[in-house]
Amino acid sequence: MLAQEIPTLPRGVRLHYDKVRGKWVLLAPERAVTLDQIGHAILNEVDGQRSFGQITTALSEKYNAPQDQIAEDSGGFLDALRARRFLDVT
Amino acid sequence: MNRGVPPPIAMLAELTHRCPLSCPYCSNPVEMAKQDSEMDTDIWTRVFEEAAALGVLQLHLSGGEPASRRDLVTLVKAARQAGLYTNLITSAIGLSERRLHELDEAGLDHIQLSLQGTDAVMADKVGGYRGGFDRKMKAVEWIKAIGFPLTLNFVLHRHNAHQLLRALELAQEMGARRIEVATVQFHGWALQNRDALMPTRDQAQQVTQHVIEARQALKGELVIDYVPADYHDDYPKRCMGGWGTTGLNVTPDGQVLPCHAAQSIPHLQFDRVQDKPLAEIWYNNSAFNAYRGTEWMSEPCQSCDRKTIDFGGCRCQAMAIVGDANATDPVCIKSPHHKDLQSQANQHAASIDAPFVYRTAPGKTREPAE
Ligand code: SF4
Ligand code: SF4
Repeated sequence: MLAQEIPTLPRGVRLHYDKVRGKWVLLAPERAVTLDQIGHAILNEVDGQRSFGQITTALSEKYNAPQDQIAEDSGGFLDALRARRFLDVT
Repeated sequence: MNRGVPPPIAMLAELTHRCPLSCPYCSNPVEMAKQDSEMDTDIWTRVFEEAAALGVLQLHLSGGEPASRRDLVTLVKAARQAGLYTNLITSAIGLSERRLHELDEAGLDHIQLSLQGTDAVMADKVGGYRGGFDRKMKAVEWIKAIGFPLTLNFVLHRHNAHQLLRALELAQEMGARRIEVATVQFHGWALQNRDALMPTRDQAQQVTQHVIEARQALKGELVIDYVPADYHDDYPKRCMGGWGTTGLNVTPDGQVLPCHAAQSIPHLQFDRVQDKPLAEIWYNNSAFNAYRGTEWMSEPCQSCDRKTIDFGGCRCQAMAIVGDANATDPVCIKSPHHKDLQSQANQHAASIDAPFVYRTAPGKTREPAE
């Protein structure tokens, strides 16, 4: 995912807190993707307005972690969601 | 008795066995639940709440044709209220524009639309319902206008396998994000229609080739999930993600099954949601425990390194073909019945004149959808 790309969760894909398992999941057609901490943190910021670069900057300030590290840790995950059409990118 | 049994992720709710179509591969049992035995809105609502509390995330509203239920909108509302992701599995016959808008307001998350063929001649012949294809295409326009996320489910067999490429185009024209290319599995009514439906080996190989190429060409645009022709394969399909590990199925009259065809195994005993809480059934019912894990397996599965990959294949298929639900799925190359099954498959595929045996309607008169 490139820094200037803007990710959006399309209709039919939403975040959900799974009370039974105590975990955040991404609910999508025929799938429930279990989210790790970084996955949840990123998707929580996805609002269809801000770019991937802006999101990783915000997270790097919030968690006091290097931005390129966050981008590296989450880029592949977002690309995989995109390949399954669980994430739109403009 | 939870002993490491994980909670289920998905529930298939067969709201009714009624359906305006009569596809010869219908997965409903040949002995269908009568209309007057269907559970009412209140019981289903309680089942949805129990399912969510048990850990179910995905609810598939299915049938028969779920749109044949007058209370479908109320049921979707109840399911969303319970916190479930709601997927409607439908032929779209019986969905009016108004009802689709009501389903939208009720919070329906996703629609999975079945496709019997890519033109009216094929689709109406397979579904046994004249005018069905045109009504479906009309409904697709409304679905598109509302913006429901859509998956197309193309059930493929010897008669329509050549329409695969057109089905892929149709999916894109409909704005579907995903298509399931599902070769008929031989349970329920399909088992009686093996002569009429069995694809040839050549067809099966060609379909696989098309799928591989289309996945490459349509990457990022259309997701293609593929169920290959079982009888022509060398290894069986993984059963339900593991019997009693991932999903459960509730019939119109409230029986809870580990898979939609489980009633074909005569020695299994099922519980009903009217009698017991869903959680108790999931963890304690003997049918769910019968094929959990790998202890029940015999050879060649027991010493096979694929046993936690495919779980010995399908129990219902072992029952139907070998007459023993504990046996290795006869699709498997290691099964002593594998060769027989493959030559049987070729014979079925060569029965070019075999007529369709259409599914019949469940007992009691049929009511119009709206
Ligand atoms: S397979 Fe055909 S007959 Fe069976 S429920 Fe689906 S649409 Fe109806
Ligand atoms: S022997 Fe059993 S476990 Fe091994 S591949 Fe065949 S069906 Fe699967």
